[in-house]
Amino acid sequence: MNFSRFLARRLGYSIFVLIGLSIVVFIIARMVPGDPARAALGPRASQEAVDKLRDKLHLDESLVVQYAYWIKSVFQGDLGESLLTRRPVIEDIKEFLPATLELALFSGLFMAFFGILLGILSARHSNTWIDNLIRIFAYIGIATPAFVVAIILLLVFGMYYQVFPTIGRLSQWVDAPTKITGLITLDSLLTGNLTAFFDALKHLMLPAFSLALGGMFQEARITRSSMLENSKKDYVSAARSYGIPERTVIFKYLFKPSIIPTVSILGLDFASLMGNAFLVELLFNWPGISRYGINVMLRKDVDAIIAVIMVLGIVFTLINIIVDIIVAYLDPRIRLVERGD
Amino acid sequence: MILSPKKSKRTKSGKAWYKFSRNPLSVVGLVIVLFVIFSALLAPWVTPYPAHSGKYVNYEEANLSPSAHHLFGTDVFGRDVFTRTIYAFRSSLIMGIVVLAIVVPIGVTLGLLAGYFKETWIDVLIMRITDIFLSVPPLILALAITSVLKPNLTNAMLAVSVMWWPWYTRLVYGMATSLRNEYFVQSAELLGASKFHVLFKEILPNCLSTILTKMTLDMGWVILIGASLSFVGLGEQAPKAALGSMVADGAKYLPEYWWISVFPGLAIMLIVLGFNLLGDGISDLFSMEEA
Repeated sequence: MNFSRFLARRLGYSIFVLIGLSIVVFIIARMVPGDPARAALGPRASQEAVDKLRDKLHLDESLVVQYAYWIKSVFQGDLGESLLTRRPVIEDIKEFLPATLELALFSGLFMAFFGILLGILSARHSNTWIDNLIRIFAYIGIATPAFVVAIILLLVFGMYYQVFPTIGRLSQWVDAPTKITGLITLDSLLTGNLTAFFDALKHLMLPAFSLALGGMFQEARITRSSMLENSKKDYVSAARSYGIPERTVIFKYLFKPSIIPTVSILGLDFASLMGNAFLVELLFNWPGISRYGINVMLRKDVDAIIAVIMVLGIVFTLINIIVDIIVAYLDPRIRLVERGD
Repeated sequence: MILSPKKSKRTKSGKAWYKFSRNPLSVVGLVIVLFVIFSALLAPWVTPYPAHSGKYVNYEEANLSPSAHHLFGTDVFGRDVFTRTIYAFRSSLIMGIVVLAIVVPIGVTLGLLAGYFKETWIDVLIMRITDIFLSVPPLILALAITSVLKPNLTNAMLAVSVMWWPWYTRLVYGMATSLRNEYFVQSAELLGASKFHVLFKEILPNCLSTILTKMTLDMGWVILIGASLSFVGLGEQAPKAALGSMVADGAKYLPEYWWISVFPGLAIMLIVLGFNLLGDGISDLFSMEEA
């Protein structure tokens, strides 16, 4: 299997796309009407400060030259300074990114796990009331924006029944685990701090579910239809006619080929998940890079905006590569095609 | 069973409407969409307090819970939430229509060109740019574009358009690459038809049903992304009513005055649901015609 070539080509292409993205984002950032430096510093800043920033961003040069300077400093590890936090943007990213990764990881897991579970359930009981019930919930779940789901969950489980906390990543009385990866659940497990682990898990529940709900039902619908399609195939009838128990047929023969489309669509669902994180983090006061992203956008904090989008672009690209690898693993035909090239 | 999807497949003949109406869900979708469109058009006549749609303050009636007088309650300024929700349909629909009107011609033309000239520099150029725009979740770049410009409805529509055309390019590209090898396209070429004729008169008509289905579904999604922009204050500006900003404003007063944000939130869901169901119905209709 020529897996390394497949991976190398996939990575190479992703790097090309990310360079393209950086150009697009750079142009957007320079689209600020009027003087970007003045817009960034605000009307009360002194002319001297504005001139200094203009000089630093090379705003008097052409756009191409500005981009060249910018990309050079990026490779030197300098993403500029945030006007919002008055710190190097790279420090902000380091601080806020893990919270978003943790949230995205958990809602991705919810999405895949419950989506596939519901899909199998409705395929197994297709055209019964169970299937129809899941279908109705799916229509509603897919159509409800994540921020509306978040508000309803906040109201019901956060405020009315108070089962789950609604703000931040940890309760105030819980000692945060030593920072290793930045993912509180993982760090607390690594340091054996179970109190923090369960507290962090509780804090994750509502925001992760708000983000997962739409994608979850999408996954369920796709799993259902591909399960039903595959179950008509000869090899499945053969397995059934040998008297193999239904459970074994489903999980041993039907499961693997049937979740291929589900996994491929996961990459797409991650797009809406990451977009929606911008709104959901705001609602749950989640100290992640998306909430930071919204704040720097509202502040027209140009360097930070570019950095946030690029970092999320990289994360999104990596997720899609991982999805492709999983699909290639699940579907031998894709691997064979790559070898044939 | 109300929801049996198999039923609709039995009718092969008959009028389109008959086929369409076989699936109750499609009819529900159509009813929702018509309801939204007509209530938006007739907002001044169907809402109880048209004055509340804009700048209006009456603190004596602020934060009233839902009742017969105020179906969805009132907000912190004493404005009727029901009236504002119906008025907000207007900017939502404008958003959907304008964005699609910009995005579809551009995306479809680029997709046709790239697909027809497959494996030439035109294909490479168009599709690589498409990939770049699809490399980041659309909401994130749309947020960034609107934020650097002046936040208002026009710029929100512009930003969403910038992010939305690649989907049509990719959709049409796939169809055009396979259609260009069909006999009817080749015979048109042999008869000396111009490239323009081949692209827009031969290939395009065969893509229309898919494009139309996607447009119906996208109305819902564009309205949703527009609501997301207005949720963070980057869409239609106060005091005008917009669903996203109404949800956001109400969120500050949870849980006491839950109605201020929950009803506009459910309204967004209703619109998206309506267009999704309608889109599914239209898609079934076309796939039946082909069968």
